[in-house]
Amino acid sequence: MTINHATAAEKFNKDFDRTTWHDETLWWVRQKRDRAAFSIPEWEKLRDTASQIKHNVLSNLDTYLVEFEKNAQKNGITVHWAADAHEHNEIILSILKKQGVTQIVKSKSMLTEECHLNPYLAENGVEVVDTDLGERIVQLADEPPSHIVLPCIHWKKEEIGVLFHKHLGTPEGCADPTLLTHAARENLREKFLTRRVAITGVNFAVAETGEFVVCTNEGNADMGAHLADVHIACMGIEKIIPQRVHLGVFLRLLARSATGQPITTYSSHFAKPRAGQEMHIVLVDNGRTTQLGREEFRNSLKCIRCGACMNTCPVYRRSGGHSYHNAVAGPIGSILAPNLDMTKNADLPFASTLCGSCSNVCPVKINIHEQLYEWRQVLTKSGHSPTAKTLGMKAMAAVLSNPSVYRLSGKMGRLALANVPFVVNNSLNPWYKQREMPEPPKESFGEWYKKNRG
Amino acid sequence: MKVGLFIPCYVDQFYPKVGIATLQLLEKFGCQVSYPSKQTCCGQPMANSGYEHLTHDCNRLFINNFAEYDYIVSPSGSCVLHIKEHLHAPESETQNEGKATHIRKRIYELTEFLTDILKVENLEARFPFRVGLHQSCHGQRGLHLSQMSELVATPFSKPEQLLNMVKDVELVKLSRKDECCGFGGTFCVAEEAVSSRMGIDRIDDHVKNGTQVLTGGDMSCLMHLEGVIRRRKLPIKVMHIAEILTATE
Ligand code: SF4
Repeated sequence: MTINHATAAEKFNKDFDRTTWHDETLWWVRQKRDRAAFSIPEWEKLRDTASQIKHNVLSNLDTYLVEFEKNAQKNGITVHWAADAHEHNEIILSILKKQGVTQIVKSKSMLTEECHLNPYLAENGVEVVDTDLGERIVQLADEPPSHIVLPCIHWKKEEIGVLFHKHLGTPEGCADPTLLTHAARENLREKFLTRRVAITGVNFAVAETGEFVVCTNEGNADMGAHLADVHIACMGIEKIIPQRVHLGVFLRLLARSATGQPITTYSSHFAKPRAGQEMHIVLVDNGRTTQLGREEFRNSLKCIRCGACMNTCPVYRRSGGHSYHNAVAGPIGSILAPNLDMTKNADLPFASTLCGSCSNVCPVKINIHEQLYEWRQVLTKSGHSPTAKTLGMKAMAAVLSNPSVYRLSGKMGRLALANVPFVVNNSLNPWYKQREMPEPPKESFGEWYKKNRG
Repeated sequence: MKVGLFIPCYVDQFYPKVGIATLQLLEKFGCQVSYPSKQTCCGQPMANSGYEHLTHDCNRLFINNFAEYDYIVSPSGSCVLHIKEHLHAPESETQNEGKATHIRKRIYELTEFLTDILKVENLEARFPFRVGLHQSCHGQRGLHLSQMSELVATPFSKPEQLLNMVKDVELVKLSRKDECCGFGGTFCVAEEAVSSRMGIDRIDDHVKNGTQVLTGGDMSCLMHLEGVIRRRKLPIKVMHIAEILTATE
């Protein structure tokens, strides 16, 4: 069973200093983003423009997808359509079977995480090596990524040293990032040279030209794709943009929002297979058209997966990516996940204070915190709320709807402190664990007013 | 001008002095203020928990209490934002939607009412302390009482503008000037661990930067932060901004 966010977060917070470290590490990334954004006077205009382009994309998704397919095919790319995660995985496996391949390399694809491709392929006798350094680290640790851009941000370098010592034979106690990276590179080199199929993700797919763009810092995606006989790119259908010129907007926003860099080290355009190479692209729906049909949540499909909303989220920074039990964590994960499975993810929209910081760093201006609020309403109305909570809320609504009952229960409540709206329906009041309650005054404002101005 | 004073439920019950200071401020600047005695709550505690559909009665009550005023003023950014975004007449009473719209447009948080409507320039207050301002998220990002650190835009702050009119106030510079305190309504108990940790970190920032008095425009955030301060026995006093703006120490 999935552990809910609050429970996982409580566990995370048991280690006070580690929580401090996690929070500060991500806050540092947020500050880098701020510096990068503030270096561009027209930043807010860029965000507006990006949001509008995506708006156009979502309104015309069907035509852009067909246009993209046509142009990609013209370029010699084989295009596949997958309705859901299972179909996506089957398509990949069938390509591998046709090639007679049982070992592949993969890089930079949160979509394959979403589709649980690795375990599926493992069950079918295929070994996948993730080549992005962060993804490689979590793969060796047998964990999912905890962040969509910084997959192993929850790992300290000393811990990576121990992990690499065990798996890659680096010297015991070595925690030097340069040495560790070097060891990973050497280990991966052999894989790059021998694997005949490489999978990558897609950051942008251009309808006008049928090309797709992969943005990375390490170049491992390129290495994999260029050395392999077969390149398979997997993308969610929302990754389409109409024209090449629009990259000028998105590439300026993406890396600045993600890590504070002006641009990623590599923005590789894949337009057609080189001579003798096969290139496939898998277009995946997996709930996206359902989300497109939910008007108040549609904008969540504008996401370019920069991770800025996670880095700024005070809750994410203090609970870690794994507490969200979903491939995409943080604020954006919390509005995407319920679309995939309301029962399993009913806790996520509540893992927020609705502070609104996410919506204001988001480079495509998704109203994330408003959607969190809306999901709360939808989940409650569709019966995904605990009965005790519903009863508590009904009792509270009854008191607050009736002025004389409110006055009376206020009088008693101020002593018992049981009727503070925020702590209603909690018999063992968690407020007291780390906080005091206010000292009740001798009279309410209403009583004072009646005496003094009534 | 006729001003209806909206005192949120928890302020009414726990912080009457905040209500009194608000009333005094408004009266000092010549407003004709009344406190409708049948008011209770804006409905936000239910709505933010996913039960907006249970707020019809609260909405009806709110409309009945406040429709007749030129302005509605409240010492809580969060409650004001909730009303602005979500107050509507119950479905069976659509004839009252006009009143709801009037309220949504005419409800103000105290500091913005002072700066934008009353255009206050002089407060005749004195408060000789190092004051740390907590920017509550709903007031800041929701009502734009101050510029938020996320946006590439010109900085401003209505509460700071007012605090700067108080003689001898020294405003403390924080390391994170607008990070959420972690209160978040029912979040403060449903996600106790993260909520408390966020509160602890906020207070830490104030301790490190020498805050003597912690203030803000939302008593809910301050109640949470005061809870942390008192549990940790820290020498920081907590006061609502209305209390500082009326201080004559
Ligand atoms: S929701 Fe916005 S901020 Fe968050 S990952 Fe997506 S694009 Fe980035």
